[in-house]
Amino acid sequence: MPSRTTVVLSQGQSLNPAKRGLEEEIVARLLGEPGVDVTVIPHLYNLQSDGTGVLCLQGITGDMIIFSWLFPRATRWILDRHGVHGHEGTTLLSAEDDSDDDDEETDEQDSDAADEDVKQRVFETRTVPDRHIYCLDLRARESAQDYIDEVKRIVTESRTSIVELTSWIGGTPRPDQMERYLNPSSGTTDTLDVATDTSAAPPAEVVRLEDEVSRRWYPVIDYSRCTNCMECIDFCLFGVYGVDNLETILVEQPDNCRKGCPACSRVCPENAIIFPQHKTPAIAGSAGVVGGLKIDLSKLFGQPDEDPLNAAVRERDEQLMLAGRDAVGTSTGIPRRQTEKPEAARNELDDLIDSVDALDL
Amino acid sequence: MSEPLVFMMGEFKTTFPTDRQFAKNHMWVQPVGDGNFRCGFTAYAVRLLQDVYFLDWTVDLHSQLLPQQVIGAIESSKAESDLYAPIGGQLVRFNEDLFADPAMINVDNYGRGWLFEIEGQGDDLLTPSKYIEHLEAVWEVAQRTIKGQLA
Repeated sequence: MPSRTTVVLSQGQSLNPAKRGLEEEIVARLLGEPGVDVTVIPHLYNLQSDGTGVLCLQGITGDMIIFSWLFPRATRWILDRHGVHGHEGTTLLSAEDDSDDDDEETDEQDSDAADEDVKQRVFETRTVPDRHIYCLDLRARESAQDYIDEVKRIVTESRTSIVELTSWIGGTPRPDQMERYLNPSSGTTDTLDVATDTSAAPPAEVVRLEDEVSRRWYPVIDYSRCTNCMECIDFCLFGVYGVDNLETILVEQPDNCRKGCPACSRVCPENAIIFPQHKTPAIAGSAGVVGGLKIDLSKLFGQPDEDPLNAAVRERDEQLMLAGRDAVGTSTGIPRRQTEKPEAARNELDDLIDSVDALDL
Repeated sequence: MSEPLVFMMGEFKTTFPTDRQFAKNHMWVQPVGDGNFRCGFTAYAVRLLQDVYFLDWTVDLHSQLLPQQVIGAIESSKAESDLYAPIGGQLVRFNEDLFADPAMINVDNYGRGWLFEIEGQGDDLLTPSKYIEHLEAVWEVAQRTIKGQLA
């Protein structure tokens, strides 16, 4: 059974001709790629849970490569929210600096090891289907060629692993498989040809979903960080959050969320709440320090100077007043840790948020 | 109207008409009657942004705004930013011509590229010359901010 990889391209929502050009070039060049199906969807974040875009994504069961104008972490957890699960595929194309990523991993391991009472993350209780999802940030590179090369690399990688796993299950390997096992240096092209089981794999077909979508704004939970502490549900006064029948936090009423307001993300002690369209990389789902992205001029254009908790309280009050309700200030839903608990081990995200807040303007 | 004032952003010359006032968030504010103030980007802001590709308002028409409240976001070829209300009051009008294509902000920022109108008091605004003084005071920091993020 030849395995096909689905490449999903989530379109940007701005009129930037360079962005549109990159999207179309990637799609056009993937057309000639054997074993690859291409699906073009409107901006992933704007899809409605019951729309055809999400149904289509849920129908993809094999490995998936998804391009979007979002941080990979944001893409991964938006998909998760829509019931599209899989193991996190590793891409070599990253907008984020490699050495910083390494540092962060080391830091996390150190702090985990030092922390005797390691917190349980919601994600650790889940089972994940046996396939990989590769989330690629279209802001990582400017040239379509880099993305095409990465798709080829991933397709090769995923086929190779399928051959290795499946050829030994439930029977004797065919002679050619045994030969490849004993003599792996025979080259990736061979592996590709055998794995697809046909020299003429059907060419890629492009599915285009042109759903009418309007811009949405809602939080996305990163369950690999979330500890189900419920501070977000206490803080948000707009009824966005709820719990499922296992008492796990979820974004129950996303469209109750107030456009532009990231306040709950600022109070989350684990930085587990992502607003994929927010200007601050740490809130939008950046994993670490970001390079090569756009300059954020918000500080120059009037963003007030304040710490994250004050920002959250102000943003919430602004939204309450816009909704015709009374401001509550710090009287409601403020996590007690802010006053009582000593500073927990910090990670890069904390530093990143602070460095943005500390800009001297 | 007297000659526009000039501020040099390095080699780049930006001009500021003297028939209106300015806010520190780099918007101009001009009374248009009935207590309404029309607001738009100054040449300084447009130069920092360069080509505007995406403009999004996060507040509805007729919202009551506090000064410095977040009201939207902008994306350009070089940068992105949240946008903040230059004055308090009720938001009474958006420039609907920008909804489909915000490029007019680059073409005519003091005229057809205006952003929105607020019905309010228009207190705490800067005269053109005070705004130039403000630009001189923040120019070093602005350059540092941009270079810091590019590093």
